[in-house]
Amino acid sequence: MTIRTTSRRSQVNKQHLYCILGIILAIVACRKSDDWVDISPFMGFQKARNFPEPVYNFATNKITEAGFNLGKKLFYEPLLSRNNTISCGSCHISYYAFTHHGHTVSHGIEDKEGIRNALPIMNLAWNESFFWDGGVHNLDLSSVAPIENPVEMDEKLSNIVLKLQKNKEYPGLFKAAFGTEGISSERMLKALSQFMLLLISDQSKYDKVQRGEGGMLFTAEEQAGYLLFKKHCNTCHSEPLFTDQSFRDIGLGLNPAKDYGRYDITLHERDKLKFKVPSLRNLKYTAPYMHDGSYLTLAAVMQQFQSGSIKLNNEETTQILAFLETLNDAQFTLDKRFAE
Amino acid sequence: MRYYLYSRIFYSYNMKNNFIILLAAVCFLFSACKKDNPISSTENQRGRVKLKFDHIVGGRVLQLGSATYTNAAAENYSIETLRYYISNIKLTRQDGTVYTVPKDSSYFLIDASVENSLFPKFQVPVGTYTKLDFIVGVDSLKNTEDIASRLGDLSVDKGMYWSWNSGYIFLKMEGKSAASSSGNYHFHIGGFGGYNTQTINNIKAVSVDLTKAGSSAVQEGLSSDIHLMVDVSLVLDGKTPFSIKEHPSVMFGEFSTSIADNYQAMFRHDHTHNFQKIAGE
Ligand code: HEC
Ligand code: HEC
Repeated sequence: MTIRTTSRRSQVNKQHLYCILGIILAIVACRKSDDWVDISPFMGFQKARNFPEPVYNFATNKITEAGFNLGKKLFYEPLLSRNNTISCGSCHISYYAFTHHGHTVSHGIEDKEGIRNALPIMNLAWNESFFWDGGVHNLDLSSVAPIENPVEMDEKLSNIVLKLQKNKEYPGLFKAAFGTEGISSERMLKALSQFMLLLISDQSKYDKVQRGEGGMLFTAEEQAGYLLFKKHCNTCHSEPLFTDQSFRDIGLGLNPAKDYGRYDITLHERDKLKFKVPSLRNLKYTAPYMHDGSYLTLAAVMQQFQSGSIKLNNEETTQILAFLETLNDAQFTLDKRFAE
Repeated sequence: MRYYLYSRIFYSYNMKNNFIILLAAVCFLFSACKKDNPISSTENQRGRVKLKFDHIVGGRVLQLGSATYTNAAAENYSIETLRYYISNIKLTRQDGTVYTVPKDSSYFLIDASVENSLFPKFQVPVGTYTKLDFIVGVDSLKNTEDIASRLGDLSVDKGMYWSWNSGYIFLKMEGKSAASSSGNYHFHIGGFGGYNTQTINNIKAVSVDLTKAGSSAVQEGLSSDIHLMVDVSLVLDGKTPFSIKEHPSVMFGEFSTSIADNYQAMFRHDHTHNFQKIAGE
């Protein structure tokens, strides 16, 4: 059972919250431990008013608190890598909106380097495809890629299942999450999805302005930037997710890793050097930028677009950057429910 | 030995077709009378078909690892891994009607190193079948389904799955060859046509005529065992012979379509054992 409140993160001030939590804890202390789930404030998947309907098929993987908790534990579990050193959280760090801050391309097992910049784990319930090349279409199948990638975690699903079965805690956690005994790769992948699906970033200033929360408004500069954004950027970085999920070549050229992006999936000439349009939420935390992390600052990114077909003067660039600031969601990066 | 005593074995070759049909008919009548069932209700009566995949390399029995073979380009190679999917099995009766094995019971991962995997078995309505159809690979629909429907042989942890495009590897063949600069060769052939953008499609339909070497007569409670010879040398030396030196590693790319065309033709019907008693298998 879950208790639902009207807004995912209600406006109740912190003191009230702690007071309520205290009472809940006191009640819990007097009950048997397995009653805990009945009164926990787990809210499941909640869609913000300004967001579209999610793409993920929740009917195939019902989100429960036990499932989310198991998914979170697995996400931060080094046993998922061949030599038990790397977890998903090693490259997807909560403070950096679940990216691998400070690395142009991600570093995996035994410090092996990949060829791509880690994507944020954020608002994945709305993704039509995954990865920079869109090779995978189902979140539940996405986790297999980092696990089996020889330069990321280099492990076999079947071997992880064996490791988890031998572990003291996991058998009980899987039972709690799925109702019956048994650890399988299917269940593991579904639990990981349950955790990732709740990593929702919808508390930026932009979101609050859109929803009219607390009379929040853009400054004049942000508003000017918003209008310019709609004119020059929104075709690809479409609101409110800030991506139309298409694949485009914005003229970065072929990098030394010879990454042709979407072409590797479709083998069509026309798809050479096309990459998924990334979301522009939380740019403050997700540097470096682009599929290979070769752009270290937003100024450099803006220069790249200007060298193409988008003509902006300095003032306009500053305004757009001011607007992009409003897409940062500090609350998301600090949320204790998501952090390791 | 017990097995032989109790089973009625009929080797049906070219020359013996009439004899076999006669015997089949007699057996049919026999079983029909015994059970007191009208022959017309055969749709509800089921028997078993067992396919047997016998792997050979040209004129030799496949020996994983140890043996050395030579291709048309005069390169030596060994075979350490040979695995492929067959799926979407259909059987055609003498009168042209078709029985399609229920889709979800028709996926089989054949692995030359796993004895048990070489004999896919399934239930079919009683009757005489003259043609066997299947796909080498996994149909495109299954390639796009979610994790919950990827069960058994289709589990994504069988090493026959590309995590980066969530598609299956249809055929995996690996081994050693001095012709390759690394000393090894790898053929991982897949490609289901793409999720929403069309791309290479290596799903190959195989149709095997059973009339020449023995139709499959399926009788209630008994097994009809269809033996196929699978000549693995044709992966390299089929329609488009190629050299390992030039293509030591073929995965998702244009050339993979030539290899898929090659192996599409490697299945040959050798013979059928009808009316096999199903001994505690
Ligand atoms: C070695 C670093 C590394 C590790 C470990 C890692 N990832 Fe990633 N992750 C990346 C990179 C790099 C990308 C982008 C790859 C690409 O597009 O090809 C990515 C992309 C993703 C995406 C796609 C996001 C999108 O918007 O398309 C998901 C989902 C994901 N990772 C989940 C996970 C999970 C779950 C784990 C643990 C099982 C994990 N990752 C472990 C580096 C890593
Ligand atoms: C034609 C479609 C298109 C338009 C228009 C467009 N972008 Fe992009 N943008 C992309 C693509 C595609 C990428 C990723 C390119 C890559 O990594 O290969 C990208 C990357 C970015 C990034 C880096 C994000 C990250 O996380 O790596 C930023 C920032 C950005 N764009 C901002 C803008 C701004 C601001 C505008 C308007 C001035 C704009 N874009 C217009 C397609 C577009």
